[in-house]
Amino acid sequence: MKYFTKFLIILIFLSSNVNSYSAENIEYLKTDWSFKGLFGKFDRGALQRGYQVYTEVCASCHSMKYLSYRNLAEKGGPEFSEAQAKVIAASFEVTDGPNADGEMFKRPGKLSDKFVMPYENVEAATAANGGAYPPDMSVLIKARSGGADYIYSLLQGYDEPPAGITLDEGVYYNKYMYGNKIKMASPLSEGIVEYSDGTETSIEQMSKDVTTFLMWTAEPHLESRHQMGFKAIVYLIILTILVYFSMKKIWSRIETEV
Amino acid sequence: MSDQEYIPKSKFGKWFNDRLPLLSLASHLTDYPTPKNLNYWWTFGGILTFCLITQIVTGLTLAMHYIAHADMAFESVEHIMRDVNYGWLIRYIHANGASMFFLAVYIHIFRSLFYGSYKSPREIIWIIGIIIYLLMMAAAFMGYVLPWGQMSFWGATVITNLFSAIPLVGEGIVTWLWGGYSVDNPTLTRFFTLHYLIPFLILGLVVLHIWALHVPGNNNPVGIDIKKPSKDTVPFHPYIVIKDGFALLMFMIVFAFFVFYAPNILGHADNYIEANPLVTPAHIVPEWYLLPFYAILRSVPDKLLGVIAMLSAILILAALPWLDTSKIRSAVFRPLYKQFYWILVADVLILGYVGAMPAEGLYLLIARVATAYYFLHFLVILPVLGLKEKTLPVPLSITDPVLGGSPNIAMAKNKESLSQ
Repeated sequence: MKYFTKFLIILIFLSSNVNSYSAENIEYLKTDWSFKGLFGKFDRGALQRGYQVYTEVCASCHSMKYLSYRNLAEKGGPEFSEAQAKVIAASFEVTDGPNADGEMFKRPGKLSDKFVMPYENVEAATAANGGAYPPDMSVLIKARSGGADYIYSLLQGYDEPPAGITLDEGVYYNKYMYGNKIKMASPLSEGIVEYSDGTETSIEQMSKDVTTFLMWTAEPHLESRHQMGFKAIVYLIILTILVYFSMKKIWSRIETEV
Repeated sequence: MSDQEYIPKSKFGKWFNDRLPLLSLASHLTDYPTPKNLNYWWTFGGILTFCLITQIVTGLTLAMHYIAHADMAFESVEHIMRDVNYGWLIRYIHANGASMFFLAVYIHIFRSLFYGSYKSPREIIWIIGIIIYLLMMAAAFMGYVLPWGQMSFWGATVITNLFSAIPLVGEGIVTWLWGGYSVDNPTLTRFFTLHYLIPFLILGLVVLHIWALHVPGNNNPVGIDIKKPSKDTVPFHPYIVIKDGFALLMFMIVFAFFVFYAPNILGHADNYIEANPLVTPAHIVPEWYLLPFYAILRSVPDKLLGVIAMLSAILILAALPWLDTSKIRSAVFRPLYKQFYWILVADVLILGYVGAMPAEGLYLLIARVATAYYFLHFLVILPVLGLKEKTLPVPLSITDPVLGGSPNIAMAKNKESLSQ
């Protein structure tokens, strides 16, 4: 059995090794994420509020091309009712076609439609944003080494540049950005959205809500993963114990220790 | 080995077995005499078989949904993660399964190094193992390219570019590998094809690996030749089957932890950004299991020599049965080798660590020292040690505490008859 302790030590070494990939070690702002841990789940309210922040603020520049409106009503997500999701979908104008005359046409969105993109293509998005492409947000959390903590911190990391740093036009100072220079102006300001559930709209609260939402868009099956994982590991542990005693019993026929 | 001949009980069984001796094979596998003192480091062979089968089964399922096209690969992976039933589970098992596979193979290889399992008469088993390991690296590298993220694209660019170091024909070979003038759609489709093919080549080699193993039988922690079957052995079933099963379950718990609770920790965040030939990531790093060799590659200032050093670092292992001149297999009876063994383990871990770091300053210096030591271990220390080292007395048999055993069965028999 002591071999497995060694085995685990090696494993821990390897994973700490992998962690050291991240280029800079900045302390990110911390908050209590409901989706972390063995039973981590999304806070439904935060997801719905986060969607509101995304759609009213972020979505004017950032696309989310791998999501469909139906996802908003699916289990494990913001869980809007189907009727609500239909209303949300219908509030967007989708280009469809070509029709029988060979023309493209506009129609209200349906549940099966992908999230409408703010720009036609990457080039248009880049051109409209001073040469910096606003990245697609579908898997953004997983595409940054700091994950949720990084995005949460970044949104609150805008500050006056310290003396000695001069910023070009359209470049902003952010404590948590790689290289501290970011081409996105601080997107959140107190009261920029109005929450229908009466939650205060501080920058901190909105950052937390929208980051939770982005975590869900990146990992839409996180809840079922955690639930299944717990069951699978408990099952494996019980089976391992049973097999251990069977093994002891079988090996007791010969004098060698197992 | 070929014990008494197996005769099926039923008439049909006999008829069938005379034509295709599958039942004899099953009987051989069940009764296969195994040293009874094998420790848990010996369970990784079974664990590796499990890893290979898991990768093949999950891989087949993924291939049903994946689209090998530069414009659609990334999207199809997201489709698997979002819309395919349990697609996220299958993909996370496959992605983490690769890491688990390498974790197990490294333990398997280092077990062999410690107990001298590569020595006569097991050289062919060892060499087949090295070929399997090389194919695993090829399969893992190409598999990592398939999601067509930033690290996929740039990893493929860096690794394929290594071939350009070959004088005269290098550039031509790279163009030929790419199927164009840069890593692009033709590269992706051929990598997908090869990634699909290699696991089945590995499967075939695994059969040969086990076949070759069943000729001399397992080595054991004491490293002496034993008579088979004898009081030193147990039949494979049920003793080894249940023990391997127990170890496999322990392994699966670790595996499940990664799949369910840290599925992306072993990957790189940049691979969730779609491949973009115009943007180079700040640091291009391979997956953790290739890092020691990446460190060796980068520690040599010359490109061609770097590539040669990296390839030699792997191929040198194939010559190990002849580089290690000691007749004693197990490090248990080789006090000096044992220390050098652990230094080598530390050396490889250090190489892995600096492989993940930028190749500059202190990291580069450490990488160079560690690379030099790696080759020193195999080319100088092992050959000399085998001739100079004063080994401890080896027991005559596993059960028998009487000393005077030998790594050679003829000598062991001889001594046994003398002592009687």
